[in-house]
Amino acid sequence: MMTGDMPKAAAPAGSGWRDRFANTPTLLPGIAMLALVLGISIAGVVVNLSDRIAVMAGPVNAPPSLNFPLGTQREGRDVLALLLLGTPNTLRIGLIAGGLGVSVGTLLGLTAGYLGGRADWVIRSLVDAGLTIPPLAVLILIAATFRVVTVEAMGLVVALTAWMYPARVIRSQAMTLRERTFVQVAKLSGAGVGHIVGREILPNLIPFLAAGFVGAVSSAMLMSVGLEILGLGSQRDITLGSILYTAILNAAVFRGLWWWWLSPIVMMVVIFLALFLLSVALDAYANPQRRGS
Amino acid sequence: MSRSYLVQRLGSFAATIVIAATLNFLIPRLAPQDPIAALLNRMDSKRGLVDGAEQLVAQYRETLGLNDPLPVQYLKYLENLFLHGDFGYSIAYFPNHAGDLILRAIPWTVGLLAVATLIAFVGGNLLGAIAAWPRTSNVMRRLIYASMPLSVVPYYFLALILLQVFAINLKVLPLGGVFTVGTSRGFDVQSILDLVSHLVLPVLSIALALTGFWALSMRGSMATVLGQPHLTYARAKGLRDRRVFVRYGMRNAMLPQWTALALEVGSIITGGLIAEIVFSYPGVGMVLFTALRTADYFVIQGVVMFVILGVATATLAIDLLYPLLDPRIRLQ
Repeated sequence: MMTGDMPKAAAPAGSGWRDRFANTPTLLPGIAMLALVLGISIAGVVVNLSDRIAVMAGPVNAPPSLNFPLGTQREGRDVLALLLLGTPNTLRIGLIAGGLGVSVGTLLGLTAGYLGGRADWVIRSLVDAGLTIPPLAVLILIAATFRVVTVEAMGLVVALTAWMYPARVIRSQAMTLRERTFVQVAKLSGAGVGHIVGREILPNLIPFLAAGFVGAVSSAMLMSVGLEILGLGSQRDITLGSILYTAILNAAVFRGLWWWWLSPIVMMVVIFLALFLLSVALDAYANPQRRGS
Repeated sequence: MSRSYLVQRLGSFAATIVIAATLNFLIPRLAPQDPIAALLNRMDSKRGLVDGAEQLVAQYRETLGLNDPLPVQYLKYLENLFLHGDFGYSIAYFPNHAGDLILRAIPWTVGLLAVATLIAFVGGNLLGAIAAWPRTSNVMRRLIYASMPLSVVPYYFLALILLQVFAINLKVLPLGGVFTVGTSRGFDVQSILDLVSHLVLPVLSIALALTGFWALSMRGSMATVLGQPHLTYARAKGLRDRRVFVRYGMRNAMLPQWTALALEVGSIITGGLIAEIVFSYPGVGMVLFTALRTADYFVIQGVVMFVILGVATATLAIDLLYPLLDPRIRLQ
């Protein structure tokens, strides 16, 4: 997708890791950006910031200064400290929802794709119907009904819609793998369903699972930030979305307090871009025919 | 287009609507504290403030059938929704109907999203096609990479940044809303210019983000089409570049873009609603934002229904128009 400008003839079949990197030029920048975000998250978890985010920890609505590099907000809390605490929480929501979504989706996709028949019909109808409804609309209704208190609860709520897309992708892959010779051989040699699905099919799905996981984490974070901006976020924990929500609610933009809302946005741009670059690379790895197109 | 396809497509449209209504019915009833019961209690508390509130609430309990068994409540809910188009009352703007609040906001939202999507779809496809064309300069091609960060982040990010630059720093465009406070609203040149100046930033923030998205996928699609034999043949015949580019290249490369548009409608609408909040734009998104802060449950339900209905209708329209664009489908 991102490689080259015109479709090139397929590179000569190389087996070394060098060739793989040549086909996925977005992999290393993606990993580098992600490492930066993870470093910031770890700092946020390790360093004790409770003094800095206390109300009146500094002057109110102060622009960036030496003492407060990213300024302070309406209650005098340090925006840098809020950012350090919010980043890991937002990542946690993405990981919980993305992990659950991919696990449940894989389970359902494998069941539907491998078993076929009635199970397939039920799961496929459920997924097809579910995918016609924009997930954020349903999540708004759910979050407005059951008020979300913690980051973990937020992850669970977002996970409710995160399984459908992985289920569809894994189902179609499982269906093609089912017909492949090595699966047929295993079946003929008397292997049980558990062995075939777990040992023959699943290992072949790893690239798709990796790409699906990155995609699911990214869209789960997008959903959670969307909910948080609407005021439906966790009422207890600080996240990147909740910093934005309080900034918008207090008209930070109209009052020219740019440092309050700009830093969470920059952080999220880095996160989303990193995951996008990573998913492009994984996609190229999972679907070699798409390389260079 | 075969009749069975049409029937099947209309069937799945109807199914989506029924699922949406069912979710709207079921979710509040699964909660440990039914938000609708809470809402009616709050309505009841307004009895002294609003004339006839008591009768309205009593009548409402009756129509919702809150004392009936669940299946009866469900049927009554569907009847209210589909036969009477009744979403219930707004508590914040009691005794206004939730449906009326949303209806008043819909033209604003539809107008904003339609203009922004149109600009982005036309501009993005053209940019993407040009980037894939072999005789395009490298500078032009690199431009697409610059649009990449915009296409992976939500619209409201760009909305905030554009507001800061153009309304705060440069002070060339207004901050939010759709009219300057204190001016007359009529059909004169000045009012229309005022309105347009308020619309520039909301439209731009959605259109810019979407342009990158369309350009990226169009470039891939165009590159595939350009590699096909009939294009080589067209060139060998001596057709002029422009004709090859538009009639042979873009026309074919556009087809997957229409399908992508149908898939993207959901995120355009939900993303647009949030962008409205940043601009205090009087659309459905702002109605939702206010409703969420006042726990105005029937309005929230109504907005969710509007979003699902809007996405389903737009997708249906694109699917039904698609055979007109791709003659191969019509023949099947």
